[in-house]
Amino acid sequence: MARVLLFGRLADQAGWRDRTVEAASLAALRDALAAADPDLAEALSGPGVQVAVDKALVRGEAPLAAGTEVAFLPPMSGG
Amino acid sequence: MTTFPSISLTAHAFEPGTLLTTFCAGRDETGAVASFVGLARAERGRATTLELEAYPGFTDAAIAEFAEEAKARFALQDYRIVHRVGRVAPGEAIVFVATAAAHRRAAFEACDFLMDYLKSRAPFWKKEHGPDGDRWIEPTARDRTDAERWD
Repeated sequence: MARVLLFGRLADQAGWRDRTVEAASLAALRDALAAADPDLAEALSGPGVQVAVDKALVRGEAPLAAGTEVAFLPPMSGG
Repeated sequence: MTTFPSISLTAHAFEPGTLLTTFCAGRDETGAVASFVGLARAERGRATTLELEAYPGFTDAAIAEFAEEAKARFALQDYRIVHRVGRVAPGEAIVFVATAAAHRRAAFEACDFLMDYLKSRAPFWKKEHGPDGDRWIEPTARDRTDAERWD
């Protein structure tokens, strides 16, 4: 189980910001999210969206251990 | 979780004068303290509230990494950054930055440098609530060019 966090406009679009999803890798997580909400999955792969695994930015694929936190970060607006 | 005592993200209104007084206390060898306070603008009635979202543990770590770089680059003795999260009303302070150095140039420049970073690259997501609805805000071209002055 991974804990998925959405920020900014991604949370607005999804209608949720914090959810647990059964997935052993980022690719599996994207597939699971796409099955539930294809538009959201497309937005999560959109330009400028970064992914953090346990609060560290990752590019590409990553395995997900149980309890891993995965955050999808839309372009940051600054303070 | 690591904490960053020089950096605070707070959901509560803060009083900039009190922060500055505390920051200036007990400094026999500092010489120069520069500070900046950013206030929420009403945008001529377009914005009734500003909402700032942060990712606790990620946003503060990113700011700390950048601030430590500023500390080394400008030979700062110390710095203090306080940033609001959640809903901020027009006129309220959003951000407070103070820098301490032996001489004023370093203190001024480091404060300017930190603000350019905070305004353009820090991991916040900002939404403007107004009479015409809500909108997410991205950094302006001006914010980006201000930040690029230091590259």
